Amino acid sequence: MPSRPMISYARVTKSFGPLKAVDDVSLDIAEGEFVAVVGGSGSGKTTLLRLANRLIEADGGTITVEGDDVQSVDPVALRRRIGYVFQSGGLFPHLSVADNIGITPKLLGVPAAAVATRVDELLELVQLDRGAHRDRLPDALSGGQRQRVGVARALAARPRIVLMDEPFGALDPLTRDALGDDFRELHRRLGLTTVMITHDMTEAILLADRIAVMRSGKLLAQGTPAELSKSGDDYVLELLRTPRRQVERLNALLPQSGAA
Amino acid sequence: MSLFTDPRWGDALAHLPDYLGNHVRVSLAALALGLAVSLPLAILTRNRPTPRAVLLALASIVQTVPGLALLALFYPLLLLAASVTLAWFGIAFSAFGFLPAMLALALYSMLPVLRNGITGLNGIDPALIEAAKGVGMTARQSLVTVELPLALPVMMAGIRTAAVWVIGTATLSTPIGQTSLGNYIFAGLQTQNWVFVLFGCFASALLALAVDQLLGLIESGLRRRSRVRTALGAAGIAALVVATLIPTMGRSSQSYVVGAKTFAEQYVLSALITDRLQAVGLSAVSRSGLGSSVIFEALKAGDIDLYVDYSGTLWANQLHRTDIKPRAELLAELKTTLAKENITLLGELGFENAYALVIPKKRAEALGIRTIADLAVHASSLSIAGDYEFFSRPEWAALQKAYGLSFRAQRQMQPDFMYAAAASGEVDVIAGYTSDGLIAKYDLVALDDPRHAIPPYDAILLLAPKRAGDERLQAALKPLLGKIDIATMREANLHAAGNDANSSPDAVGKWLWEKVGK
Repeated sequence: MPSRPMISYARVTKSFGPLKAVDDVSLDIAEGEFVAVVGGSGSGKTTLLRLANRLIEADGGTITVEGDDVQSVDPVALRRRIGYVFQSGGLFPHLSVADNIGITPKLLGVPAAAVATRVDELLELVQLDRGAHRDRLPDALSGGQRQRVGVARALAARPRIVLMDEPFGALDPLTRDALGDDFRELHRRLGLTTVMITHDMTEAILLADRIAVMRSGKLLAQGTPAELSKSGDDYVLELLRTPRRQVERLNALLPQSGAA
Repeated sequence: MSLFTDPRWGDALAHLPDYLGNHVRVSLAALALGLAVSLPLAILTRNRPTPRAVLLALASIVQTVPGLALLALFYPLLLLAASVTLAWFGIAFSAFGFLPAMLALALYSMLPVLRNGITGLNGIDPALIEAAKGVGMTARQSLVTVELPLALPVMMAGIRTAAVWVIGTATLSTPIGQTSLGNYIFAGLQTQNWVFVLFGCFASALLALAVDQLLGLIESGLRRRSRVRTALGAAGIAALVVATLIPTMGRSSQSYVVGAKTFAEQYVLSALITDRLQAVGLSAVSRSGLGSSVIFEALKAGDIDLYVDYSGTLWANQLHRTDIKPRAELLAELKTTLAKENITLLGELGFENAYALVIPKKRAEALGIRTIADLAVHASSLSIAGDYEFFSRPEWAALQKAYGLSFRAQRQMQPDFMYAAAASGEVDVIAGYTSDGLIAKYDLVALDDPRHAIPPYDAILLLAPKRAGDERLQAALKPLLGKIDIATMREANLHAAGNDANSSPDAVGKWLWEKVGK
C-alpha cells in the first residue's frame, strides 16, 4: 500500500449481548477508494460502518480514521468530518431541504450566508433544481430526490470520507441506477473515500473498486470482483454466482436491439 | 323581570375584575410552575424507563385525588411547613390562599404535561435521532433542533390540556381562601343565586377557552416557524396577566378581611359586618366560601381579621371536647381558652344556629312526635339525611347515645336541598339548622332535645390576634352584639335562599341592619 489507509479496522470486535455483531475484523480502506461491504441482514455490515464514526463504540481492536485512533478524538467532531448517508435519507421532516443540507456547516459555525451559498452549490452538485426544491419540506420530495438531498447533506462540510448505509436500497431500479452512477462520478470528481453498505452484489460490483464480504460478523473475503471470483469460500462464490446468472438469463431473454 | 334586566348580572360584573384577576394569576402561576417542573422531568426521564414509570405513576395518583381534596390537603401541609420554617429559620409565610392553591394546581397540571412530553419525545423515529447524531449534533443540539420540534404538537396538546384543567380546577380554590371565579359558584350555590353560578361557570369556561386558543396560536407559530404567531400568542397571555394586575394596584392592603364559611347565613353576616365597617370609614373586604376547618386557622394566622363562628362548633372541633356544658359555662370556658391563643371572643350575636332533627310538621303530628325521644321509637323505620360533616361530628354520636337512635338509612346531602327533600318525603328526618328559614318555608318542625345531647351553638364574633386591641374595630362591631334574634336570622336566611334580585348577601345584609340597627 503506497500511503497509510484512510480508514483502518484492526482486529475489531463488537457484541450486542451474546451476539457477536463484528468478530475480529481487520480491513484497510485506502484514500480515494470506493469499497462496498456486502452481506445479508444480521451479517454485521451496518455495525462495522457505524463503528467508524462512533455511532457505535467498539468492544475491542483499533479503528483509525485519517490516521487518528477514533477513541482519541471527540466523537461529535469526528462525525462532523465524515459524511454519512442514511438508509432512507434520514432527513429531518420539520426542516426545509436547504436547512437539512446546511445542518453540518451550521453546526461547525459557518456564517449563514456562506451556508446558503454552499447549499446552492450542493443542490447543483446532486442535480436538484434550486428554485423548485430549496425551500420544500422533505415530505414533498420523491424517494430519489430525498436520497439526493441525503447525499448533499453528507457532502456539505466537505468531508474526505463518506459512509453510506444502503443508500439506494429503497429506490426503484431506474432511479437507483441513475443515482448510483451519479454518486460514483461525485466520488471520482471530489476525490472521496467511500464505504457503502449493500446487500446487493450487482450494485457492489458495478460501483465499487473493492468488495468486502461479511457473514455472521466475520469478514469472509475482500478484493476486486476478479479477486473475489478466485475465492475458495462457498458463500462468496454463491454471492457472485447470482449476478452472473442474472446476466446470462437477461442476455438470453432480451433481444440485442433492446439494450440500446 | 326578564333574565337580562336582573340586577344580579350587574352585581356579578362588579366582582369580575377581582375574581377574574385572582383566578388568572393563580392559574397561570400554577401552570408556569407545573411546566417548569414537568418539562425538564419529561426530558430527563425520556430514555430512562424506571424513573419514567415511577414519575408517571405518581402523577397519575395525584390526578385521582379529587381537585377539592387536593386543594384542601395543601392547606394543613403548608401550615405545618410554615410552623417548621418559623421554628428553624424564623421565616413565616401564609399557608392560606394563593400559595396552597398554586402548589396544588401546579401538581394537578403535571400529569398531562409529563405524559404528553414523554410520549411526544419517545414517539420520534429512532432513525431521526440517529441521523441527528450522525450529522454531528451533540445531545443538546439534537434535543433542541430535532427532538423538541418534532415532539412539539404532542407536548403542546398536553400543555393545553393542563391549562384547561388548571383553569377549571382553580374554581375549587375558593374554600382555601384563594379568591377565584369559584367565588361566584360557591356563593351562588349557597344562596341559590343561579345568576352567580352561571356567571362563574361561563367566565371560567371562556377564560379556559381563551388561554387554550392563545396556546394554540403559540403552537402553530412554533410549528410553522412564524415569529408573528408565536409573539401574538405570547403577547395575548402577557396582556391577560397585565390586565388582571391593574385593578389590584390601587387597592389598599390595610383592609379588614371578614371571613365567611360556605353557607348562606355566613355570607349574609359577612356582608353585614363588611357593610358596618365601611359605614364607620374602615376599609373592609369579605373573603367568603372558606372551608370550616380552614377558617379558624386563617383567623389564628391573621389571614383574615374576623368572622362569625358557633360556640358548639369550636367546642367540639378546636377544643376537642365531647362533654356538653350549659350555655353560659361553655361560652365562658371557650372565651378563656381562645384568649390563650390571643383570639378575642368579642361576644354573641344573639341567635343560635344549632343542629336540630327536623321532620315535616304533619308527619310529626300524625305520629305524635314532639321530641327526639319520641322520634327514637319510630327511628328504625325512618331514614335520615345530614350535611357532609354531620354524621362524623361528636353531636351525632352524642344524639345516638342519649336517645338510642338507630335509623333505617342515612344519607349525606347538600344542605340547601335537604329541607326540600324532607318536605317531599324523599327522606323522613333531616339534621337541619335551627336558624334556617327553610324550616318555616317548607312547614317543617325542629324537635326538642330534652336530654341536651346537642351542645349550644351561639353565633359568636371572633377577632384575629392582631386585632385584639383594635378599639375602632370593636366599637364598630358592638352595635351588632346581642341584636340578632333567631326569628330575625331565620327571616334573613329565608330571604337569602330566595332566587331573586333582593336575595344577594349584600342586599340581605342591608335588610338585616335595617331590622336590628335601629
